[in-house]
Amino acid sequence: MSGSIGRETARVDGPVKVTGAARYSAEFPMPGLAHAQIVGARVAAGRIAAIDTAAAERAAGVAAVLTHRDLPEVAHVPLVPSLMGGPAPGETFFPMQDGTVHYAGQPIAIVVADTLEQAQHAATLVRTEYAEAPSVTTIEQGRRDAYEPEKIFGGFMPAQLRRGDVEGGMAAADVRVDAAFRFAANHHNALEMLTTTAVWDGDRLTLHDSCQGIKAVQLTVAALLGLSPSRIRVLTRFVGGAFGSKAMVWPHVALTALAARHVRRPVRLVVAREQMFTSCGHREEQEQRVRLGARRDGALTAIRHHKISLTSPFDDWAEPAFGAASQLYAAPAFEGVHRLVRGNTMTPTFTRGPGEAAGVFSLECAMDELACELGADPVELRLRNLTDVDPNTGHPWSSGGLAECLRLGAERFGWAGRDPAPGARREGNQLIGTGMSAAAYPVAFFMRTQRARARLYSDGTAVVSTAAQEFGTGMTTVLTQVAADGLGVDLRDVRLDFGDTDLPTAGSPVGSNGAMMVSAAVHNAATALRDQLIAMAVVDPDSPLHGAHPADVTVTGGRLALSGGAGESYQDLMERHRANDAEAIGSWDPPPLDTPYGLLTFGAQFAEVAVDADLGLVRVRRMTGVFAPGRVLNPMTARSQLMGGMLWGMSQALLEGTRMDARLGRWANASLGDYLVPVNADAPDVDVALIEVDDPVTGPLGVKGVGEIGQVGSAAAIANAVHHATGHRVRELPITVEQLLPHLPVPAAARSATGRPAPPATG
Amino acid sequence: MRPFGYARVADADTAIATVREHPGGAFLAGGTTEVDLVRQNVLRPDLLVDINDLPLAGIEDRPDGGLRIGALARMSDVAEAAGVADRFPMLAQALLLGASAQLRNMASMGGNLCQRVRCGYFRDATSPCNKRDPGSGCAAIDGFHRGHAVLGTSDQCIAVHPSDAAVALVALDAMVRTRGPGGERSIAIDDFFLLPGDTPDRERALEHGELITAIEVPAVPVARRSVYVKVRDRASYEFALASVAAAIHVQDGAIADVRLALGGVATKPWRARAAERSLLGGPATPDAFAEAAGRELAAAVPRPLNAYKVELARRTIVRALTALAEDGR
Repeated sequence: MSGSIGRETARVDGPVKVTGAARYSAEFPMPGLAHAQIVGARVAAGRIAAIDTAAAERAAGVAAVLTHRDLPEVAHVPLVPSLMGGPAPGETFFPMQDGTVHYAGQPIAIVVADTLEQAQHAATLVRTEYAEAPSVTTIEQGRRDAYEPEKIFGGFMPAQLRRGDVEGGMAAADVRVDAAFRFAANHHNALEMLTTTAVWDGDRLTLHDSCQGIKAVQLTVAALLGLSPSRIRVLTRFVGGAFGSKAMVWPHVALTALAARHVRRPVRLVVAREQMFTSCGHREEQEQRVRLGARRDGALTAIRHHKISLTSPFDDWAEPAFGAASQLYAAPAFEGVHRLVRGNTMTPTFTRGPGEAAGVFSLECAMDELACELGADPVELRLRNLTDVDPNTGHPWSSGGLAECLRLGAERFGWAGRDPAPGARREGNQLIGTGMSAAAYPVAFFMRTQRARARLYSDGTAVVSTAAQEFGTGMTTVLTQVAADGLGVDLRDVRLDFGDTDLPTAGSPVGSNGAMMVSAAVHNAATALRDQLIAMAVVDPDSPLHGAHPADVTVTGGRLALSGGAGESYQDLMERHRANDAEAIGSWDPPPLDTPYGLLTFGAQFAEVAVDADLGLVRVRRMTGVFAPGRVLNPMTARSQLMGGMLWGMSQALLEGTRMDARLGRWANASLGDYLVPVNADAPDVDVALIEVDDPVTGPLGVKGVGEIGQVGSAAAIANAVHHATGHRVRELPITVEQLLPHLPVPAAARSATGRPAPPATG
Repeated sequence: MRPFGYARVADADTAIATVREHPGGAFLAGGTTEVDLVRQNVLRPDLLVDINDLPLAGIEDRPDGGLRIGALARMSDVAEAAGVADRFPMLAQALLLGASAQLRNMASMGGNLCQRVRCGYFRDATSPCNKRDPGSGCAAIDGFHRGHAVLGTSDQCIAVHPSDAAVALVALDAMVRTRGPGGERSIAIDDFFLLPGDTPDRERALEHGELITAIEVPAVPVARRSVYVKVRDRASYEFALASVAAAIHVQDGAIADVRLALGGVATKPWRARAAERSLLGGPATPDAFAEAAGRELAAAVPRPLNAYKVELARRTIVRALTALAEDGR
């Protein structure tokens, strides 16, 4: 197809963003606007013995101070992932319903004032006394009470998985690997904080909310407050990043709406940066243990993959350790178990590559250990164990590409001829190592019907509308491309209207599904409108296309034509018919959940690191990622998104960790000064390549998505490279100086000082 | 944000008098740390006296080879001044390895010396902290103290001093010039910074309303070949896990002059005098460097999460001195 799809296309939202014209949820001016500030609980468990709001209420500019004594009862709404299209609270608990405290940072009061500064100041004047109870905020504290839940991940994943004879498979193995990994908690830290502006007009509520799914916000607030969705309109076009933190709808949205109703004014809430660590979930602290059995030739005979993690007092949440990790390789036997510890944190949530970021990390580091045990090349070991079918179901992949990704990645990276010996390459003070990992991320069909509307005006320009919002992924750019190609017009003639729940329904673009599901609806709307106009032409005696078979008519550049050349423009056709515009609705229903295909997006990751031989500092020198995301709608935005994912993987490997102070029950580094994310100086050369695979299952365009696959495997490639550089396995993320320092070759100079013997010479 | 007053003044006497009149008054220069802490309710001034209009931004080369840095000179301007890069490379490097370009353009040198600690318990305005709320205890000692100090600590406070530039200035024996109600005085920079001891809330030898006017660096010939090595998790825009400002002069195979100071590991910018004594007159060999580093760190008080800093600091000292020695061959 000639046209926009598949072409490098700069973002359509670029100009409004770089000029500041794009308006975010805290940027809607309105008369009478008041500002809210949430007061969070200082302790992790117990109850509020007394709360004194008098001083706060007396402070300048304060309109109201609301506590659990003031808030109306809010409905209980079950936790269901927003991808499924219904109400989607991030936790089943709703704060300020009584005086119980379940986690530090839990909202206990909301202050509303004329200015943000007044609200912030008054919030410090709320005096709270707690009857504190013992808390559990780490796995270690609650390990003895761990339990096996039935379901995890918002109830849509079983907590256990078994296939084949694991005991037998392990017994039949020539080589076994047993590796346990620890992961610090992670927070998303999107640039734009959680932000809600709530405006009531009678019983109608308008929300501007920084979110991943405006429909989910509408339905969740409706369910919590007992309102009809028809009374709630959510207007959000632009969101300053989310990374999973805004996939679910957190309590602050309904709290803001309730505060606005109480003060009878529009209210804006911007959650403070440090409160972002206790307001929108996190990737939970977790441990994973992977045991592999393999024959001497490298064929896996069995895999055991166990995870234990911390969840909230209310919900059985764990990101799944063995989604893709149970499907990547043809092991005949697999046993996966999730165990949970109830703790005093909020419910964890989707976080950048949920499940696979840690699960595939564990599997792929264990595979690297297996390669070392066997003396096998890590790439060859993966290729040896590939499978054409989903090993859990026996269904063929809807589309594959892992072998191609591994081979092309190895070629681009220069893997051939790699010396497998660990700790054997030195450049000056630096130990050099390379590592790799396979990558896979699920394609899931949990969404409901997606809809879009296409309208063509008689001047040949079009407006295509859908309720989706742009949260930084580039989705509005690819939707515009898809609409242009579906209609057969130039990109510049299409305007996308989006970010309004009154527009045709689109789901929350989460789990890498946005481009796939919303583009399917846009494509169907645009092609339906094109077909409608073709049908109009072929029955019109005045049209050069009169009598043609509709299937023989193509439209490009707004001109309908037969391959012979006869044709006319949309403009001529519509003007002749005195049609000012024409319109069509398109919808797309996902395949059934039991669709007989294995559904994964595949990739391969390669990394080279330099480890300072004396100081233990790890710096990534270069990365190569090759991915097979089905149809690539826009190579430019796809590469950018994948590169971003790979760098998040680097960040997961080397920098990110939220540390719990278990005595206080609070995160100890809840600031961007202490929770490190990479800066430009950390970013190495990143090489991204795409392999297009035809996928007949994932919608009319065969799109699988690039949202998260870039992160999967990236950290494992780096961790494996650190082992290759140093000879030491760090099985804890993030990998930091203190973990490596005791295992580095002792410098000749330091020997006399430390009294330690020198290790074998390197280099 | 707690309401406070703001005054902008044009001369030092008015600035000093205005702050003196207000027990909760404070000077405001670049504001890159102070404004954050006011917003976070950690600092609670009644009045901020903006001193940015004072004529204290000059950077002056002295004929004797020394340097006079006005208290309001911006970090970026000092780092780029020719006299600094030539004669005191450790200072230029320390400045450029600190903060970010935007912050360096804002932050003043006097403010850099006065910047507050990065301890998360100090900054959360909630946890026990003897520095913020004397007598309330120290949450860091048995808490999350991966980034905290191993040298100069007390049982009241183990927060690390965050400045890079001050580490170089301590190595260079800089003097802090001040003006206060009692007139002008000079304070040796090593005396300017106070150990936490039993009064961790007192970080500097300044009286209320005493204004830093300049930092004077004497001529230090050995500093012409000097280096600042900074070790941190992130490649840029982060405070040091360990850092070293070092200079050596080797004559006839023996170390004739040496300057060594540590950052990231101590409660104040740490002049490594024990190491200097160990090195002086001896050979410039890695073994001698390691021996000296070991002597300096012998006084370290490691805790579970920051014990690695002892070895890291040792190795960073060796790295810095070895680089200088090799460079000089």
